[in-house]
Amino acid sequence: MILKTYKLYIGGKFPRTESGRYDILKTSRGAAVANICRGSRKDFREAVVAARSAAEKWGAASAFLRGQILYRMAEMLQGRASQFVQELELQGFTLRAASRNTEASIDRLVYYAGWADKFQQMFSSVNPVSSSHFNFSMCEPTGVVAVLAPGEGGLLGLVSCLAPVIVGGNTCTLLASQSTPLTAITFAEVLHGSDLPAGVVNILTGRRDELLEPFSTHMDVNAIVYCGSDSKERQETRFNAAGNVKRTVCRHLRDWYSPDAQSPYMIADTQEIKTTWHPIDT
Amino acid sequence: MSSLQTLSMTATPSAGVPDLSRVPCVDAVGIEERCSRFQTRSIKKESKVAGLKHVLSMIDLTTLEGQDTPGKVRQLCYKAQHLHDALPRIPHVAAVCVYPTLVRVAHKELEGSGIKVASVATAFPSGQASKKVKITDTKFAVSEGADEVDMVISRGEFHRGEYTYVFDEIAEVKQACGAAHLKVILETGELSTLDNVRRASVLAMHAGADFIKTSTGKIEPAATLQVALVMLQAIRDFYYETGRMVGMKPAGGISRAKLALHYLVMLRETLGQQWMTPRWYRFGASRLANDVLMQIVKEQTGRYQSLDYFSKD
Repeated sequence: MILKTYKLYIGGKFPRTESGRYDILKTSRGAAVANICRGSRKDFREAVVAARSAAEKWGAASAFLRGQILYRMAEMLQGRASQFVQELELQGFTLRAASRNTEASIDRLVYYAGWADKFQQMFSSVNPVSSSHFNFSMCEPTGVVAVLAPGEGGLLGLVSCLAPVIVGGNTCTLLASQSTPLTAITFAEVLHGSDLPAGVVNILTGRRDELLEPFSTHMDVNAIVYCGSDSKERQETRFNAAGNVKRTVCRHLRDWYSPDAQSPYMIADTQEIKTTWHPIDT
Repeated sequence: MSSLQTLSMTATPSAGVPDLSRVPCVDAVGIEERCSRFQTRSIKKESKVAGLKHVLSMIDLTTLEGQDTPGKVRQLCYKAQHLHDALPRIPHVAAVCVYPTLVRVAHKELEGSGIKVASVATAFPSGQASKKVKITDTKFAVSEGADEVDMVISRGEFHRGEYTYVFDEIAEVKQACGAAHLKVILETGELSTLDNVRRASVLAMHAGADFIKTSTGKIEPAATLQVALVMLQAIRDFYYETGRMVGMKPAGGISRAKLALHYLVMLRETLGQQWMTPRWYRFGASRLANDVLMQIVKEQTGRYQSLDYFSKD
């Protein structure tokens, strides 16, 4: 059997890592499954350039359109569900857990697709002020968001972190979990076929200890979503992110199926509140 | 000047017009091959920083828009002198390049800074105007204080085979320039073939060009490594033939620091160290400077940079 090479997803293309480095993913019994690109800081740099150039248009797309595209992603994922189940099994899931994980991922995309044109109403407000101004606050996307996907949680963990970021009009560069890179890249193939503009989502595989630093220091990244419980890594992320005052979100969930794992507040995590003072006649 | 004018009207070529049938043909495959080699040179760390600073010192910071205002030009001149004040010991750019009507503004702003004022002239960018208009345009730019004039050749006449006309026009504009340096824009994007680029380069150099320049930046494709290499080779052969050094200016489409370094490598390996100064080599660019600055800061801090933290020009 040929050992498939799972490539990166950057700017709507599937390039190999510029570093030429690969890791071999193995099953728990030690059988080789696939070649996984060991992405480098330069791959990340390219991904941020792609995300930045896609940011303006995606941020300006109508909420309705973004919802439609997320829904389309769910549809495409459903069409290839059996492949995801199979790949999750290769990555150590039981058949039952793999099916449940895939189904929940589809549901989660539909959930956030529904929120696309509704979260704005929840987090916006008209504010009482004691001058002759009409004063209101509303959400705007933060910009380019770097996401370190959770190590556990399979496809569901990834989708749960990705969907609230992009549905709010951000673009993102995501580092896949080291334990489930196959489903991350196959998910990129789903994104590729689902009307999502190139560069809105970029997915890298590689080692977190290598990539945490560029992810958190890059000056052109506006927010970072760190998923995990390692306190040293969290501290490093927060420290580095201070360099350009990135919005920093640290998330740790044991159970990605729990009701807490999906919420419009997760969309609000990567939104900026803009307040406008509009003079009026009294 | 009058003798040149008389000659151009007759059927016999003006004195000094090179015989373009003797210009060697360009080996297009060889050029491709050579250009791909330049892009494989690995330049890291200190050499990269040195190269980047070299690039900065060679930039002609350019604004050539119909919407340019004196305010915009003043801002650009400020940028030219203060590229990034957070960075100590970086060179200033070589020149600021504007339309003739804005030369006076730029000249005033840049007085005493060591930065030159370049002006496009001769009905830039199309070059579709009478010779008289072009000469007037050139003289106006010089009288306003331009140190350098960037002229466009008449591509239409060149394609018609009216080489003498093109030659005379360049020679007359050169005369109108007086002490100002003349850069001749070939607009390679409209010359179709590398052979034409080579011929136009030879023609311009014989007619008295101080610099030859690839493009106006208004036509795609603008500067490419391939045309730049052909022009550098023409400059090299002209130097062997006549002993006169001619400068080179690729312009348009060079917005990345890495690409600029490839151009420098090509320059070093084609013309040698002698040409590696702003006196003989320029980059015509508007966005390049910020990318170079970002790379220099990246080398210093180890952090990838964002345009948000660099001044717009």
